[in-house]
Amino acid sequence: MTRPLRQVLAEAQSVPLEIGWLPETKATAPALPPEEPPAVVPRGSGVALDLKGVGKSFGDKRVLGGVDLQVRPGDFLVVVGKSGCGKSTLLRLLVGLDRPTEGEIAIGPGRDGGKANARIVFQEPRLLPWASVLDNVAVGLPASLSSEAAWKAAETVLADVHLQGRADDWPSVLSGGQRQRVALARALVSHPDLLVLDEPLGALDALTRITMQSLIERVWHAQGFTAVLVTHDVAEAVALGDRVVVIDEGRIVLDLAIDLPRPRERGSAALAALEGKLLDAIFGVAEVVY
Amino acid sequence: MARLRLSSLTPYALPAAVIAVWQAGSALGVISDRVLPAPTDVVAAGWRLALSGELLANAKSSTARALAGLVIGGGIGFGLGLLNGLSRAADRVTDTTVQMIRNVPHLALIPLVILWFGIGEEAKLFLVALGVFFPVYVNTVHGVRGVDGQLVEMGRIYGMSSWTLFRKVILPGALPSIFVGLRYALGIMWLTLIVAETISASSGLGYMAMQAREFMLVDVVVLSILIYALLGKLADVLARALERRSLAWHPAFQNH
Ligand SMILES: Nc1ncnc2c1ncn2[C@@H]1O[C@H](COP(=O)(O)OP(=O)(O)OP(=O)(O)O)[C@@H](O)[C@H]1O
Ligand SMILES: [Mg+2]
Repeated sequence: MTRPLRQVLAEAQSVPLEIGWLPETKATAPALPPEEPPAVVPRGSGVALDLKGVGKSFGDKRVLGGVDLQVRPGDFLVVVGKSGCGKSTLLRLLVGLDRPTEGEIAIGPGRDGGKANARIVFQEPRLLPWASVLDNVAVGLPASLSSEAAWKAAETVLADVHLQGRADDWPSVLSGGQRQRVALARALVSHPDLLVLDEPLGALDALTRITMQSLIERVWHAQGFTAVLVTHDVAEAVALGDRVVVIDEGRIVLDLAIDLPRPRERGSAALAALEGKLLDAIFGVAEVVY
Repeated sequence: MARLRLSSLTPYALPAAVIAVWQAGSALGVISDRVLPAPTDVVAAGWRLALSGELLANAKSSTARALAGLVIGGGIGFGLGLLNGLSRAADRVTDTTVQMIRNVPHLALIPLVILWFGIGEEAKLFLVALGVFFPVYVNTVHGVRGVDGQLVEMGRIYGMSSWTLFRKVILPGALPSIFVGLRYALGIMWLTLIVAETISASSGLGYMAMQAREFMLVDVVVLSILIYALLGKLADVLARALERRSLAWHPAFQNH
């Protein structure tokens, strides 16, 4: 089952990497124009996603069915839904960890017409406890890269997630948020075309989560990859997404475009109204008891 | 500074006290010379044997046997443990057999081993290798099985080859358990060797003790026993140092 993905990655990784590609991020995020392409030309091109009638069954249990979804290159898609509705299953299909039992998924093409380089960040950081922070980040690089080039690339991306100076630490001495930033750096270092995040901030406290959200938004804006984020948090969904889809019992029940300028003002009336819409779709208006 | 040095000596306070009581008991005649010679007599015997070169020769030949047996038995146990930990098929074929053999106390094989190999070196190597095989094997299998599946999945997604996955994820993940097996094996190694040398040998510490018994040299017998204790402790210290070095990432080994 995992074979196709390994092939995808192996091919994607044979593309020569450019090192030191990320522009310096400023402490205060600049106001981002909503539709215009970013000022810095992203070196990782986003890929388009095209899902047609995609479904997945485990035995005779249909977990996902009839999912039609088109995502433009460089878009930020957020997926929300109740626990067990099939969000992780959808992500696993997207990165090729599993194959759909119905329908078709087209991703790409990636840079130079090659296969797309897809990376995933999980809810848990999944760092190697016996490798330093720097070596953990280097896991995201192709094995063919010389160790000096790998260290340089890893150091650059560590600075992007504000972990410069922690390169030689063991993961066990980092805080939860720092560990998740290392995991993010590991996914970013190979310069992905598609970044898939499965509740990456679910285990973090509310304040750390807000910091991490703007970090993710900033690297996404700087690099221009296509992002797919799964979250339980509707505030996070409306803060980050160009588009939010709600999944219920394996189907898309709402597809909501969000045309607000970035960075978005948390707690604004516009966002609150959108959050309400999402919650209604998730729980079904009829179910809500007043 | 003084406090630090004092606390590092704490573990040796009890053995020192025992020796002091023992010496006092011998000096006062409470402990008979026939039963237990005074520590000073044991030291004198040690000095005598060291000067004659006997002590070093015997300690060397015992250590060489111990290490050779450890390398052979531990190597096979480690290899088979990895194989069975990684491959369900190999495990199904061999594990039941291994577990059956494991339930036979390996020292019970001594008569058979003497029949096979006589009293040559092979007999002792065989017994030591067999003794250390099981703890290394069992703990290696356990360690490999216990590696976090989420990390393995991560490695796959990040495109690691099977060899890289083994080197970077599975082996380091199994290492803490493998070290438990190694330290356990070291204890069995000395035990087996002593018994084997006591029964049949023409050199080694066990042989030295048996010779001394024939000539009623109680001090040399006690000396042999003390040297075993020291060598056992030394092996454990070395294994711990190795463990500390290779598991520096482990929270249990930090800030010490
Ligand atoms: N390998 C599998 N075999 C059988 N059933 C599975 C498998 N993987 C997932 N499922 C089932 O598919 C359904 C959807 O699972 P999924 O992990 O996609 O949910 P989720 O939306 O990510 O939930 P959560 O928000 O709790 O993470 C669940 O009912 C789950 O039991
Ligand atoms: Mg999930």
